[in-house]
Amino acid sequence: MTPPIFVAEALTKVYRSGDVEIWALRGVDLELFEGEMAVFLGPSGSGKSTLLNIMGGLDKASSGTVRFRDTDLTACSENQLTRYRRDHVGFIFQFYNLIPSLTAWENVSLVTEISRNPMDPGEALEMVGLKERMAHFPAQMSGGEQQRVAIARAIVKRPEVMLCDEPTGALDSKTGILVLEALSRVNTELGTTMAIITHNASIRQIAHRVFSFHDGRIAEAQVNEHRAKPSEVVW
Amino acid sequence: MSMLDRKLVRDVVRMWAQVLAIALVMACGVATIVIAVGAYRSLEETRTAFYERYRFGSVFASATRAPLHLRERIARLPGVSGVELRVVRPVLLDMPGMAEPATGIAVSVPDRGEPAVNRLYLRTGRLPEPGRPGEVAVTEPFALAHRMEPGSTFTALMNGRRQALTVTGIVLSPEYIYSIGPGDMMPDPRRFGVFFMSRTALAGLFEMNGAFNDLAVRTQRGANLRVIVDDLDRILQPYGGSGAHDRTDQTSHAFLDNELIQLRAMAAVIPPVFLFVAAFLVNMILSRLITLEREQIGLLKAIGFGPLAIAWHYAKLTLLIVAIGLAIGALSGNWMGRSLTRLYAEFFSFPFLIFRQSLDLYVIAGGVTVVAALAGAARAIWSVVTLPAAVAMQPPAPTRYRTFFAGGAAYLRFLSQLTVMALRHLVRWPVRTLLTTIGTAMSVALLVTALFSFDSIDFMIDTIFFQVERQDATITFGQDLSPRAMAAIERLPGVMRAEPYRSTGVILRNGHRERRLAISTVPDGADLGRILDIDLKPVEPPAVGLLVSERVAMLLALRVGDKVEVELLQKDHRIETVPVTAIVQSFVGLAVTMRSDALDRLLGDGPRVSGARISVDTSSLADLYRAVKETPAVASIALQDASRQRFRETIEQNITIMTTVYTALAIIITFGVVYNSARIQLSERARELASLRVFGFTRGEVSGVLITELGVMVLLAQPLGWLFGYLFSWSVVKGFESDLFRVPFVINMSTFAFSSLVVVAVAAVSAMIVRRRIDHLDLVRVLKTRE
Repeated sequence: MTPPIFVAEALTKVYRSGDVEIWALRGVDLELFEGEMAVFLGPSGSGKSTLLNIMGGLDKASSGTVRFRDTDLTACSENQLTRYRRDHVGFIFQFYNLIPSLTAWENVSLVTEISRNPMDPGEALEMVGLKERMAHFPAQMSGGEQQRVAIARAIVKRPEVMLCDEPTGALDSKTGILVLEALSRVNTELGTTMAIITHNASIRQIAHRVFSFHDGRIAEAQVNEHRAKPSEVVW
Repeated sequence: MSMLDRKLVRDVVRMWAQVLAIALVMACGVATIVIAVGAYRSLEETRTAFYERYRFGSVFASATRAPLHLRERIARLPGVSGVELRVVRPVLLDMPGMAEPATGIAVSVPDRGEPAVNRLYLRTGRLPEPGRPGEVAVTEPFALAHRMEPGSTFTALMNGRRQALTVTGIVLSPEYIYSIGPGDMMPDPRRFGVFFMSRTALAGLFEMNGAFNDLAVRTQRGANLRVIVDDLDRILQPYGGSGAHDRTDQTSHAFLDNELIQLRAMAAVIPPVFLFVAAFLVNMILSRLITLEREQIGLLKAIGFGPLAIAWHYAKLTLLIVAIGLAIGALSGNWMGRSLTRLYAEFFSFPFLIFRQSLDLYVIAGGVTVVAALAGAARAIWSVVTLPAAVAMQPPAPTRYRTFFAGGAAYLRFLSQLTVMALRHLVRWPVRTLLTTIGTAMSVALLVTALFSFDSIDFMIDTIFFQVERQDATITFGQDLSPRAMAAIERLPGVMRAEPYRSTGVILRNGHRERRLAISTVPDGADLGRILDIDLKPVEPPAVGLLVSERVAMLLALRVGDKVEVELLQKDHRIETVPVTAIVQSFVGLAVTMRSDALDRLLGDGPRVSGARISVDTSSLADLYRAVKETPAVASIALQDASRQRFRETIEQNITIMTTVYTALAIIITFGVVYNSARIQLSERARELASLRVFGFTRGEVSGVLITELGVMVLLAQPLGWLFGYLFSWSVVKGFESDLFRVPFVINMSTFAFSSLVVVAVAAVSAMIVRRRIDHLDLVRVLKTRE
């Protein structure tokens, strides 16, 4: 078995808002392995986004450690985290977060400007089935198309991990499946490790492992013996 | 307080920096209106009051020697309400503690009672008494410059005799509000003064008993001045009358007029710049605020607030900003207006100062600002009124961008995507980009306009003192003398070269156009007093004909080869016709020049000289001064060095004040425009910028997008600002042009550079303030929210 790519130990996160303390994570231990596709399930406020943000170097833990390979993310400076995001992580968000003033091709190309070993933007767009829409601006595309551009933008730098926060949350089932197919293809063909947050329990079927979050803790970790293809998923 | 008003107050508190930046720009507009219009009114009203209370004349004339019995004839002229016949003489003064001779003008006052025209305001002491020949009242600036008070003494060279004088009083005269010595360009109260003696005493000293050589006439309202001028010319013709004139040719009055014109020009040019920028800024932040509050507006409409109530809410926000701007502007304008008016009072000699800051001035300034701000807000507010509630609750449609050109992507491969982002955003909002650029350009233009005058004046000083009037001193005789007098001048200690000149008063006429002026001469082969052509190259005066300055040529519509009528005021108003042989350059007065022998022939009284330009060995200056003070024929001596120094001092004082004030104004505009623009961009693009941070772009790279955008606008603003500055400066030069002065239009490269440097520096600071906000973007929060 390959060594874990992510190791989280006794991770906690406390937000202070005025006099109130909100415990977003109450001690999470987790290992993710290379090439694995993990799904984080759970209700709002259960801590899954907080964990993803800490893994992505967008947020800092209150205590505990997260290691990415040999790097302790909890000990990194702001600049080191920027470097880490730039070199290793691809993000997908619910609302796509494309740059409206750049075309599909340019949005993807943007990331290649700061990556060490990017693929061709056209190739990345082809992988998500959008080669024909390269010259379109975000405002000229459907939500599903925009999300697939976001996927192309995430994979173009050949990241080792992709962190996806509700990637199908704003989409209907038909376009959602197209997006899942794209993600699944990246996972299989490029061997990218993936953590996908979702409210949608049906999506669990495509994962290697499913982590259920409850009240800042991982309540249950489940291994999928039989993974479904995205096209088989129904919601 | 209604809930909407609470929201209003909280909005203002939250956006305090942006609100303040706009309010300050408005304040500048209000302040400049209050200062310029306020100072204009104060100066105008003070002058009018002084003229009225002290019966300033409206027609003036002089003659060689005319009998006093003409008084009745003059008083009977229709429209004349008062006549004052006087003796007025230029004299040389020997002031205690001053090596160089000063020049003065001695003016007679009636032995008994006050003058009928041009009364004196007595600051301290009393007027001189007829029985005491050595008593004088001196004008206040002269007294202050020499620390004189009643009882002080000084010596004057009067009609060839040294006369000891005792000060009895210190006075101010409506005739000498602005008094300038012969050959000077700026008032210098140390070297030039006016004093008043009783008629008997002064007439006795100059053998003018029963006679006068100067008169001032007061007229009834609506009197025909033109007719009075002609009548006076006729009456005085047998007595060497040199032409009557109204106030427009009276030096002090003309200078004050000039100042008033400049203030009016300032009031017309500068406040609109600020109001334009303020309107644009209001438009910018209000549009953004309304976009951000779209859902709230929808909600308010949904729960039953009418569109007008909501529009009024945003109009009130605008009015609140105006109120802050108005308060700051009114207070600072009042304070600066007072200081400026006080400066005027120091520069001009008024006995009192009317500083009337009437309410209407503030009402006008406030009204104009409100109108400008609401005009800026109108579009944004209208969008609130027309927005249907159901649509408002939805997020706005995504912004559509376009490629620059068809197939433009190819060009863009050269640019990084971050640069493309910045450029597309600029092109997407062309009006805003244009207005931001113009706003910034206005700051540059304002600085150029403020600073260019010093380049021009520098150039003018250089031209006048080093290329035209190259003498060290100019000596004026009390009357025209035979050329033999030159020998005496050349014998004065230290004189290395002396060039005679002659000067005679004329009226130049071309068709219906005419001008009163003096023709002066330069000798053949002159080196001290030179004439420059339009391109500032020295020219030799031709043997015949007139060399007229550009201004005179323009006023009289003259071209080279035209024949012009010359009415010789000192030769019985004989009229001759003389050709114009060249048009030349001159910055001061209405210059018309001839070669000495040509003028002598025209006047037909043989060679005469009115004075001399001399160059002097500076080591013998003290001896020269002593000798001049003993030379009866000399009426005045003007020292170029002192004159230039005085000119420079006054200008440099102005430089410091002007540079400070205008730099402050430009900083306020630049900050207002750039800071607001950056804040709005940040607000619109926080999400994009946060995304970039998430992808792993550094803070520097991310701020680079905003800074590129601002940078492009600020850079575009520079040449545009230079152009505006050039045009503004040109209009200033044209606006200030008068018969007294013409400022050459010269802008040095360093002025453009300095102006740009100030604006770019302020823009950089504003951008850095906004950059700090980018550095502290909350990535997670921004990305989780939907635009």
